Amino acid sequence: MASPPTPGCSGLQKIGNFVFGIAVLLSCQAIGEFLVSRLSMPIPGPIIGLILLLGLLQSHRQKQPVSVERVADFGLRHLQLFFIPAGVGVIAHLPQIRQDALPITAALLLSWLAGLISVALVALLAEKIG
Amino acid sequence: MSSHALQHTSPWWVFLTVAAYLIGRVVEHQTHRKALAQPVVIGIVFVGFVLAFNHVDPSEYQARTQLISFWLGPATVALAVPIHRQLDKLRAYLLPALAAISCGGLVSIIVAIVAVRTFGGDEQLARTMAPKAVTTPVSIALAQIYGGVPSLTATFTIMAGILGAVCGHSVFRLLRIQDPRIRGLAMGAASHGIGTSRSLRQSETEGAFAGLSMGISALATTFLLPVGFWIAGMR
Repeated sequence: MASPPTPGCSGLQKIGNFVFGIAVLLSCQAIGEFLVSRLSMPIPGPIIGLILLLGLLQSHRQKQPVSVERVADFGLRHLQLFFIPAGVGVIAHLPQIRQDALPITAALLLSWLAGLISVALVALLAEKIG
Repeated sequence: MSSHALQHTSPWWVFLTVAAYLIGRVVEHQTHRKALAQPVVIGIVFVGFVLAFNHVDPSEYQARTQLISFWLGPATVALAVPIHRQLDKLRAYLLPALAAISCGGLVSIIVAIVAVRTFGGDEQLARTMAPKAVTTPVSIALAQIYGGVPSLTATFTIMAGILGAVCGHSVFRLLRIQDPRIRGLAMGAASHGIGTSRSLRQSETEGAFAGLSMGISALATTFLLPVGFWIAGMR
């Protein structure tokens, strides 16, 4: 999802826009985390941040393309990088995984497959009805 | 995350992680995007070998690369962007998508709990497995809230993501599901960010729908998880 370059936008401006985009993402998350801890909601902070940003984007629809979109595209394109440290945790948990190998393998495979297929089937069904 | 942990950030381990990811991207490109050649898989294996070779504790490595994991949070917020872009085109499709993702989310939670219990796992393992379909910062938070083991949930989450990236498209071919919108919805809901990044490379439509689905799924699972525990008889 490469965004087209904005005409009349200098390199320095682009960097500034990128930093501004990051600031928008971080502030949405920070407000989300703050609300969650203040109101002790059983909802993760980044989810509140997502809703806030969606509201923000929807209310600024005429201004395109917004710098936060560029940053988001960049970040989402390299999403797999951010998962590597957590993924290495598999190694740390190997003894525990080996000990409960059967319930873990079965639950992972079955639950993943059931989730994937039921989403696709319900979507197909809903499309036919609608 | 504690601010304390960031003080221990090691440039070497952060560099190694980025390098491992780049090697993964190169291998993915060289193998013409073979399903198994996911950058995250190659990255994990590569880092794992370096850690084993140097006798470094994985939790030590994780603490020193919090600078990288940190961005999972802002990346979750960033999902608002594909949702925002598709929202106009999606208005008509939003209801079926919501229904499908909610049903799928609930099925995934209940099957996870029942399977863990059936095959001899304890209640804590079930609570650890249940939120594994949604993106890591959310699944970790949900494990914390509902009595699972957060770091183990993160591990299961990664595994569910890798399953989607590696096997997802084979399942779609087997079931003759060709609509990129439906593929995206299923991928994002069952395999969060890792599945989404696979979908993004397949096609823009599939990727956008996966991103949308992953966002809605994270939101829906937050509310469905207690329902799932209740249905599975775990209060």
